[in-house]
Amino acid sequence: MPQIAQLAETFSSQFFWLVIFFGLVYLVVGRTMLPQVMSTVDRRDSQISSDLLAAKTARDEAEAQEAEWRQRENANREQARSLIGQAKAAAAAANEAKLAEAQLAIDSRLAAAEQDIAAARGSALAEIEFVAAEAAQDIVARLTGTTVPEESAREAVKQVMSHG
Amino acid sequence: MYQFTIEPLFGSAGWQLAGYNIAFTNSALWMLITAVLLWMFMIGGMKRELVPGRWQMAVESFTGFIDGMLEANIGKAGRKYLPYIFSLFMFILFANLLGLMPFGVVGIHPFTFTSHFTVTGVLALMSFSIVLIVGFAKHGLKFFTLFVPHGTPWPMIPVIFPIELVSFLVRPFSLALRLFVAMMAGHLLLKVLSSFVIDGGNAGLVWGGVVALPAFVLMVGISALEILVAGIQAYVFALLSSLYIADAENLH
Repeated sequence: MPQIAQLAETFSSQFFWLVIFFGLVYLVVGRTMLPQVMSTVDRRDSQISSDLLAAKTARDEAEAQEAEWRQRENANREQARSLIGQAKAAAAAANEAKLAEAQLAIDSRLAAAEQDIAAARGSALAEIEFVAAEAAQDIVARLTGTTVPEESAREAVKQVMSHG
Repeated sequence: MYQFTIEPLFGSAGWQLAGYNIAFTNSALWMLITAVLLWMFMIGGMKRELVPGRWQMAVESFTGFIDGMLEANIGKAGRKYLPYIFSLFMFILFANLLGLMPFGVVGIHPFTFTSHFTVTGVLALMSFSIVLIVGFAKHGLKFFTLFVPHGTPWPMIPVIFPIELVSFLVRPFSLALRLFVAMMAGHLLLKVLSSFVIDGGNAGLVWGGVVALPAFVLMVGISALEILVAGIQAYVFALLSSLYIADAENLH
Protein backbone atom coordinates (compact mmCIF):
# COMPACT_ATOMS: atom_id res chain seq x y z
CA MET A 1 0.00 0.00 0.00
CA PRO A 2 1.87 3.07 -1.27
CA GLN A 3 -0.08 5.29 1.09
CA ILE A 4 1.76 3.72 4.01
CA ALA A 5 4.93 2.57 2.27
CA GLN A 6 5.67 6.05 0.92
CA LEU A 7 4.33 7.92 3.94
CA ALA A 8 7.65 9.16 5.31
CA GLU A 9 9.17 10.23 2.00
CA THR A 10 6.06 11.89 0.50
CA PHE A 11 4.27 13.39 3.48
CA SER A 12 6.00 16.76 3.35
CA SER A 13 5.47 17.21 -0.39
CA GLN A 14 1.83 16.10 -0.17
CA PHE A 15 1.24 18.52 2.67
CA PHE A 16 3.07 21.36 0.95
CA TRP A 17 1.32 21.08 -2.41
CA LEU A 18 -2.09 20.45 -0.88
CA VAL A 19 -1.77 23.60 1.21
CA ILE A 20 -0.65 25.52 -1.86
CA PHE A 21 -3.39 24.32 -4.20
CA PHE A 22 -6.22 24.10 -1.71
CA GLY A 23 -5.18 27.51 -0.42
CA LEU A 24 -5.33 28.85 -3.98
CA VAL A 25 -8.74 27.26 -4.49
CA TYR A 26 -9.94 28.74 -1.21
CA LEU A 27 -8.63 32.22 -2.01
CA VAL A 28 -9.55 32.38 -5.70
CA VAL A 29 -12.68 30.26 -5.85
CA GLY A 30 -14.03 30.51 -2.33
CA ARG A 31 -13.07 34.06 -1.40
CA THR A 32 -13.16 35.84 -4.74
CA MET A 33 -15.47 34.10 -7.20
CA LEU A 34 -18.03 32.59 -4.84
CA PRO A 35 -19.15 35.89 -3.24
CA GLN A 36 -19.79 37.29 -6.73
CA VAL A 37 -21.85 34.26 -7.68
CA MET A 38 -23.75 34.51 -4.40
CA SER A 39 -24.31 38.24 -4.86
CA THR A 40 -25.72 37.54 -8.33
CA VAL A 41 -28.07 34.97 -6.83
CA ASP A 42 -29.05 37.31 -4.02
CA ARG A 43 -29.59 40.16 -6.45
CA ARG A 44 -31.84 37.96 -8.56
CA ASP A 45 -33.74 36.75 -5.49
CA SER A 46 -34.28 40.29 -4.25
CA GLN A 47 -35.28 41.39 -7.75
CA ILE A 48 -37.84 38.59 -7.96
CA SER A 49 -39.24 39.27 -4.51
CA SER A 50 -39.43 43.03 -5.17
CA ASP A 51 -41.14 42.37 -8.50
CA LEU A 52 -43.61 40.09 -6.77
CA LEU A 53 -44.19 42.71 -4.11
CA ALA A 54 -44.77 45.41 -6.74
CA ALA A 55 -47.19 43.15 -8.59
CA LYS A 56 -49.03 42.44 -5.36
CA THR A 57 -49.36 46.11 -4.42
CA ALA A 58 -50.50 46.94 -7.96
CA ARG A 59 -53.15 44.24 -7.74
CA ASP A 60 -54.29 45.45 -4.33
CA GLU A 61 -54.51 48.99 -5.62
CA ALA A 62 -56.50 47.88 -8.65
CA GLU A 63 -58.86 45.96 -6.42
CA ALA A 64 -59.32 48.97 -4.13
CA GLN A 65 -59.97 51.18 -7.12
CA GLU A 66 -62.48 48.75 -8.48
CA ALA A 67 -64.29 48.60 -5.16
CA GLU A 68 -64.34 52.38 -5.02
CA TRP A 69 -65.59 52.58 -8.59
CA ARG A 70 -68.31 50.06 -7.78
CA GLN A 71 -69.39 52.08 -4.79
CA ARG A 72 -69.48 55.25 -6.85
CA GLU A 73 -71.33 53.47 -9.60
CA ASN A 74 -73.92 52.16 -7.15
CA ALA A 75 -74.40 55.63 -5.68
CA ASN A 76 -74.80 57.09 -9.17
CA ARG A 77 -77.34 54.44 -10.07
CA GLU A 78 -79.26 55.08 -6.88
CA GLN A 79 -79.24 58.79 -7.57
CA ALA A 80 -80.42 58.27 -11.13
CA ARG A 81 -83.21 56.02 -9.89
CA SER A 82 -84.40 58.62 -7.40
CA LEU A 83 -84.20 61.33 -10.10
CA ILE A 84 -86.34 59.22 -12.40
CA GLY A 85 -88.83 58.62 -9.58
CA GLN A 86 -89.04 62.32 -8.87
CA ALA A 87 -89.53 63.15 -12.52
CA LYS A 88 -92.19 60.47 -12.79
CA ALA A 89 -94.06 61.83 -9.78
CA ALA A 90 -93.80 65.41 -11.06
CA ALA A 91 -95.03 64.42 -14.50
CA ALA A 92 -97.95 62.50 -13.01
CA ALA A 93 -98.92 65.46 -10.86
CA ALA A 94 -98.73 67.87 -13.81
CA ASN A 95 -100.82 65.49 -15.92
CA GLU A 96 -103.44 65.26 -13.23
CA ALA A 97 -103.64 69.03 -12.90
CA LYS A 98 -103.94 69.49 -16.65
CA LEU A 99 -106.61 66.79 -16.86
CA ALA A 100 -108.59 68.40 -14.07
CA GLU A 101 -108.34 71.78 -15.77
CA ALA A 102 -109.47 70.34 -19.09
CA GLN A 103 -112.29 68.50 -17.37
CA LEU A 104 -113.39 71.79 -15.78
CA ALA A 105 -113.38 73.59 -19.15
CA ILE A 106 -115.27 70.73 -20.80
CA ASP A 107 -117.81 70.69 -17.98
CA SER A 108 -118.44 74.45 -18.25
CA ARG A 109 -118.80 74.23 -22.04
CA LEU A 110 -121.18 71.30 -21.68
CA ALA A 111 -123.29 73.25 -19.22
CA ALA A 112 -123.35 76.28 -21.59
CA ALA A 113 -124.25 74.06 -24.53
CA GLU A 114 -127.03 72.41 -22.54
CA GLN A 115 -128.36 75.83 -21.60
CA ASP A 116 -128.22 76.87 -25.27
CA ILE A 117 -130.04 73.69 -26.27
CA ALA A 118 -132.71 74.24 -23.62
CA ALA A 119 -133.17 77.87 -24.75
CA ALA A 120 -133.30 76.81 -28.39
CA ARG A 121 -135.83 74.17 -27.53
CA GLY A 122 -137.96 76.76 -25.66
CA SER A 123 -137.89 79.22 -28.52
CA ALA A 124 -138.51 76.43 -31.02
CA LEU A 125 -141.62 75.34 -29.04
CA ALA A 126 -142.85 78.93 -28.99
CA GLU A 127 -142.24 79.16 -32.73
CA ILE A 128 -144.09 75.90 -33.32
CA GLU A 129 -147.04 77.22 -31.25
CA PHE A 130 -147.17 80.43 -33.27
CA VAL A 131 -146.81 78.60 -36.58
CA ALA A 132 -149.41 76.01 -35.53
CA ALA A 133 -151.85 78.74 -34.48
CA GLU A 134 -151.42 80.51 -37.80
CA ALA A 135 -151.84 77.21 -39.61
CA ALA A 136 -154.96 76.43 -37.57
CA GLN A 137 -156.39 79.90 -38.43
CA ASP A 138 -155.67 79.24 -42.11
CA ILE A 139 -157.17 75.70 -41.98
CA VAL A 140 -160.33 77.02 -40.25
CA ALA A 141 -160.60 79.92 -42.75
CA ARG A 142 -160.27 77.58 -45.72
CA LEU A 143 -162.61 74.94 -44.39
CA THR A 144 -165.29 77.16 -42.94
CA GLY A 145 -164.63 80.52 -44.43
CA THR A 146 -164.83 82.12 -41.03
CA THR A 147 -161.99 83.81 -39.35
CA VAL A 148 -161.03 82.71 -35.91
CA PRO A 149 -159.45 85.31 -33.67
CA GLU A 150 -155.79 84.74 -33.01
CA GLU A 151 -156.31 84.37 -29.28
CA SER A 152 -158.77 81.44 -29.58
CA ALA A 153 -156.58 79.64 -32.18
CA ARG A 154 -153.62 79.97 -29.89
CA GLU A 155 -155.70 78.71 -26.98
CA ALA A 156 -156.75 75.66 -29.02
CA VAL A 157 -153.18 74.90 -30.12
CA LYS A 158 -152.00 75.21 -26.50
CA GLN A 159 -154.68 72.74 -25.41
CA VAL A 160 -153.72 70.21 -28.10
CA MET A 161 -150.00 70.55 -27.46
CA SER A 162 -150.41 70.20 -23.74
CA HIS A 163 -152.44 66.99 -24.35
CA GLY A 164 -149.58 65.77 -26.41
CA MET B 1 -1.56 -0.72 -6.14
CA TYR B 2 0.60 1.00 -8.70
CA GLN B 3 -2.12 3.57 -9.32
CA PHE B 4 -1.63 4.92 -5.79
CA THR B 5 2.13 5.30 -6.12
CA ILE B 6 3.49 8.80 -5.82
CA GLU B 7 6.28 9.72 -8.21
CA PRO B 8 8.18 12.95 -8.50
CA LEU B 9 7.77 14.60 -11.89
CA PHE B 10 10.01 16.76 -14.04
CA GLY B 11 13.12 15.80 -12.05
CA SER B 12 11.84 17.60 -8.98
CA ALA B 13 12.66 14.74 -6.61
CA GLY B 14 15.31 16.76 -4.89
CA TRP B 15 13.33 19.95 -4.23
CA GLN B 16 13.68 20.99 -0.62
CA LEU B 17 12.11 23.62 1.57
CA ALA B 18 13.59 24.14 5.03
CA GLY B 19 14.94 20.62 4.93
CA TYR B 20 11.67 19.04 3.86
CA ASN B 21 11.16 17.39 0.51
CA ILE B 22 8.62 19.23 -1.63
CA ALA B 23 8.97 17.30 -4.87
CA PHE B 24 6.31 18.16 -7.46
CA THR B 25 4.72 14.73 -7.69
CA ASN B 26 1.94 13.28 -9.82
CA SER B 27 -0.29 13.88 -6.79
CA ALA B 28 0.60 17.57 -6.84
CA LEU B 29 0.02 17.66 -10.60
CA TRP B 30 -3.52 16.34 -10.19
CA MET B 31 -4.15 18.81 -7.40
CA LEU B 32 -3.11 21.50 -9.84
CA ILE B 33 -5.39 20.08 -12.57
CA THR B 34 -8.27 19.89 -10.08
CA ALA B 35 -7.74 23.48 -9.01
CA VAL B 36 -7.51 24.72 -12.60
CA LEU B 37 -10.61 22.81 -13.70
CA LEU B 38 -12.52 24.11 -10.70
CA TRP B 39 -11.40 27.61 -11.55
CA MET B 40 -12.53 27.16 -15.16
CA PHE B 41 -15.85 25.77 -13.97
CA MET B 42 -16.36 28.79 -11.75
CA ILE B 43 -15.54 31.20 -14.58
CA GLY B 44 -18.74 30.04 -16.26
CA GLY B 45 -20.65 31.24 -13.20
CA MET B 46 -19.10 34.69 -13.34
CA LYS B 47 -21.24 36.07 -16.16
CA ARG B 48 -23.47 37.52 -13.45
CA GLU B 49 -26.51 37.63 -15.68
CA LEU B 50 -29.90 38.19 -14.16
CA VAL B 51 -31.29 35.38 -16.29
CA PRO B 52 -28.61 32.69 -16.06
CA GLY B 53 -27.42 30.52 -18.91
CA ARG B 54 -26.88 26.79 -18.48
CA TRP B 55 -23.34 26.98 -17.16
CA GLN B 56 -24.09 29.82 -14.80
CA MET B 57 -27.13 27.84 -13.66
CA ALA B 58 -24.91 24.82 -12.95
CA VAL B 59 -22.47 26.88 -10.89
CA GLU B 60 -25.28 28.57 -9.03
CA SER B 61 -26.95 25.27 -8.27
CA PHE B 62 -23.70 24.06 -6.64
CA THR B 63 -23.30 27.23 -4.60
CA GLY B 64 -26.99 27.18 -3.71
CA PHE B 65 -26.71 23.53 -2.66
CA ILE B 66 -23.86 24.21 -0.22
CA ASP B 67 -25.45 27.46 0.92
CA GLY B 68 -28.70 25.64 1.67
CA MET B 69 -26.85 22.90 3.52
CA LEU B 70 -25.01 25.43 5.69
CA GLU B 71 -28.18 27.37 6.38
CA ALA B 72 -30.01 24.20 7.39
CA ASN B 73 -27.20 22.98 9.68
CA ILE B 74 -25.70 26.16 11.13
CA GLY B 75 -28.36 28.79 10.51
CA LYS B 76 -27.87 32.38 9.45
CA ALA B 77 -24.26 32.35 10.71
CA GLY B 78 -23.50 29.59 8.19
CA ARG B 79 -22.93 32.11 5.40
CA LYS B 80 -19.46 32.99 6.64
CA TYR B 81 -18.27 29.37 6.33
CA LEU B 82 -19.55 29.15 2.77
CA PRO B 83 -16.18 29.91 1.09
CA TYR B 84 -14.39 27.16 3.05
CA ILE B 85 -17.09 24.49 2.82
CA PHE B 86 -17.73 25.24 -0.84
CA SER B 87 -14.03 25.07 -1.71
CA LEU B 88 -13.72 21.84 0.25
CA PHE B 89 -16.72 20.23 -1.40
CA MET B 90 -15.82 21.24 -4.94
CA PHE B 91 -12.12 20.39 -4.53
CA ILE B 92 -12.91 16.89 -3.24
CA LEU B 93 -15.70 16.37 -5.77
CA PHE B 94 -13.52 17.34 -8.72
CA ALA B 95 -10.62 15.27 -7.42
CA ASN B 96 -12.81 12.19 -6.94
CA LEU B 97 -14.41 12.51 -10.37
CA LEU B 98 -11.11 13.25 -12.13
CA GLY B 99 -9.59 10.13 -10.60
CA LEU B 100 -12.36 8.05 -12.15
CA MET B 101 -11.97 9.45 -15.65
CA PRO B 102 -10.73 6.88 -18.17
CA PHE B 103 -7.72 8.93 -19.21
CA GLY B 104 -5.72 5.69 -19.14
CA VAL B 105 -7.17 4.96 -22.59
CA VAL B 106 -5.03 7.76 -24.02
CA GLY B 107 -2.01 6.90 -21.89
CA ILE B 108 -2.46 9.43 -19.08
CA HIS B 109 -2.70 7.88 -15.66
CA PRO B 110 -5.14 9.73 -13.46
CA PHE B 111 -4.13 9.97 -9.84
CA THR B 112 -6.78 10.23 -7.16
CA PHE B 113 -5.09 12.22 -4.43
CA THR B 114 -8.14 11.81 -2.19
CA SER B 115 -7.19 8.14 -1.92
CA HIS B 116 -4.20 9.20 0.22
CA PHE B 117 -4.83 9.69 3.89
CA THR B 118 -2.06 12.23 4.04
CA VAL B 119 -4.25 14.46 1.88
CA THR B 120 -7.62 13.64 3.43
CA GLY B 121 -6.01 13.89 6.86
CA VAL B 122 -4.78 17.41 6.19
CA LEU B 123 -8.22 18.42 4.92
CA ALA B 124 -9.89 16.85 7.96
CA LEU B 125 -7.45 18.57 10.32
CA MET B 126 -8.29 21.88 8.63
CA SER B 127 -11.98 21.36 9.34
CA PHE B 128 -11.22 20.22 12.85
CA SER B 129 -9.01 23.20 13.60
CA ILE B 130 -11.73 25.54 12.32
CA VAL B 131 -14.10 23.82 14.77
CA LEU B 132 -11.64 24.32 17.63
CA ILE B 133 -10.81 27.92 16.74
CA VAL B 134 -14.47 28.91 16.28
CA GLY B 135 -15.54 27.03 19.39
CA PHE B 136 -12.96 28.49 21.73
CA ALA B 137 -13.09 31.98 20.21
CA LYS B 138 -16.84 32.14 20.47
CA HIS B 139 -17.53 30.34 23.74
CA GLY B 140 -14.19 30.25 25.55
CA LEU B 141 -14.04 27.54 28.17
CA LYS B 142 -17.82 27.09 27.91
CA PHE B 143 -16.97 25.17 24.74
CA PHE B 144 -16.31 22.18 27.02
CA THR B 145 -20.04 22.03 27.82
CA LEU B 146 -20.30 20.52 24.33
CA PHE B 147 -19.11 17.29 25.95
CA VAL B 148 -21.92 17.30 28.52
CA PRO B 149 -25.21 16.88 26.66
CA HIS B 150 -28.25 18.68 27.99
CA GLY B 151 -30.12 16.87 30.72
CA THR B 152 -27.20 14.68 31.79
CA PRO B 153 -27.68 13.71 35.48
CA TRP B 154 -24.68 15.11 37.39
CA PRO B 155 -23.43 11.72 38.65
CA MET B 156 -23.08 10.68 35.02
CA ILE B 157 -20.97 13.67 34.04
CA PRO B 158 -17.58 12.10 34.93
CA VAL B 159 -18.47 9.15 32.70
CA ILE B 160 -20.16 11.01 29.87
CA PHE B 161 -17.49 13.71 29.59
CA PRO B 162 -14.59 11.43 28.58
CA ILE B 163 -16.78 9.48 26.18
CA GLU B 164 -17.96 12.64 24.46
CA LEU B 165 -14.41 14.02 24.46
CA VAL B 166 -13.05 10.91 22.79
CA SER B 167 -15.84 10.86 20.21
CA PHE B 168 -15.07 14.52 19.52
CA LEU B 169 -11.35 13.88 19.14
CA VAL B 170 -11.96 10.94 16.83
CA ARG B 171 -13.88 13.12 14.40
CA PRO B 172 -10.93 14.24 12.22
CA PHE B 173 -9.74 10.64 11.90
CA SER B 174 -13.15 9.31 10.92
CA LEU B 175 -13.55 12.22 8.51
CA ALA B 176 -10.18 11.54 6.87
CA LEU B 177 -10.42 7.75 6.87
CA ARG B 178 -13.96 7.67 5.43
CA LEU B 179 -12.98 9.55 2.28
CA PHE B 180 -9.63 7.78 1.87
CA VAL B 181 -11.12 4.31 2.35
CA ALA B 182 -14.07 4.92 0.07
CA MET B 183 -11.91 6.19 -2.76
CA MET B 184 -9.23 3.54 -2.39
CA ALA B 185 -11.71 0.68 -2.07
CA GLY B 186 -13.57 1.81 -5.17
CA HIS B 187 -10.43 2.07 -7.24
CA LEU B 188 -9.16 -1.28 -5.99
CA LEU B 189 -12.46 -2.93 -6.81
CA LEU B 190 -12.37 -1.55 -10.33
CA LYS B 191 -8.74 -2.65 -10.62
CA VAL B 192 -9.54 -6.20 -9.50
CA LEU B 193 -12.51 -6.45 -11.84
CA SER B 194 -10.50 -5.12 -14.77
CA SER B 195 -7.78 -7.69 -14.10
CA PHE B 196 -10.51 -10.36 -14.20
CA VAL B 197 -11.65 -9.01 -17.55
CA ILE B 198 -8.15 -8.90 -19.02
CA ASP B 199 -6.85 -12.21 -17.63
CA GLY B 200 -10.13 -14.02 -18.30
CA GLY B 201 -10.24 -12.66 -21.82
CA ASN B 202 -6.68 -13.83 -22.45
CA ALA B 203 -7.43 -17.33 -21.09
CA GLY B 204 -9.63 -18.24 -24.04
CA LEU B 205 -13.25 -18.27 -25.09
CA VAL B 206 -14.60 -20.36 -22.20
CA TRP B 207 -12.98 -18.36 -19.39
CA GLY B 208 -13.73 -15.21 -21.29
CA GLY B 209 -17.43 -16.06 -21.33
CA VAL B 210 -17.57 -17.32 -17.76
CA VAL B 211 -15.37 -14.76 -16.03
CA ALA B 212 -14.48 -11.84 -18.26
CA LEU B 213 -17.93 -11.01 -19.57
CA PRO B 214 -19.79 -10.98 -16.23
CA ALA B 215 -16.88 -9.09 -14.65
CA PHE B 216 -17.10 -6.53 -17.42
CA VAL B 217 -20.83 -6.09 -16.92
CA LEU B 218 -20.28 -5.78 -13.19
CA MET B 219 -17.53 -3.26 -13.82
CA VAL B 220 -19.85 -1.05 -15.82
CA GLY B 221 -22.28 -1.04 -12.90
CA ILE B 222 -19.55 -0.49 -10.31
CA SER B 223 -18.17 2.40 -12.35
CA ALA B 224 -21.56 4.10 -12.22
CA LEU B 225 -21.67 3.38 -8.51
CA GLU B 226 -18.19 4.87 -8.05
CA ILE B 227 -19.27 8.10 -9.74
CA LEU B 228 -22.12 8.21 -7.23
CA VAL B 229 -19.71 7.48 -4.38
CA ALA B 230 -17.40 10.25 -5.59
CA GLY B 231 -20.24 12.74 -5.20
CA ILE B 232 -21.54 11.26 -1.96
CA GLN B 233 -18.13 11.23 -0.26
CA ALA B 234 -17.51 14.86 -1.20
CA TYR B 235 -20.96 15.68 0.15
CA VAL B 236 -20.42 13.68 3.34
CA PHE B 237 -17.09 15.39 3.97
CA ALA B 238 -18.64 18.83 3.53
CA LEU B 239 -21.78 17.88 5.47
CA LEU B 240 -19.86 16.50 8.46
CA SER B 241 -17.51 19.49 8.45
CA SER B 242 -20.51 21.81 8.52
CA LEU B 243 -22.15 19.74 11.29
CA TYR B 244 -19.01 19.93 13.40
CA ILE B 245 -18.78 23.67 12.78
CA ALA B 246 -22.46 23.93 13.73
CA ASP B 247 -21.60 22.26 17.05
CA ALA B 248 -18.89 24.83 17.66
CA GLU B 249 -21.11 27.69 16.54
CA ASN B 250 -24.23 26.78 18.50
CA LEU B 251 -23.03 24.40 21.26
CA HIS B 252 -25.90 21.96 20.60
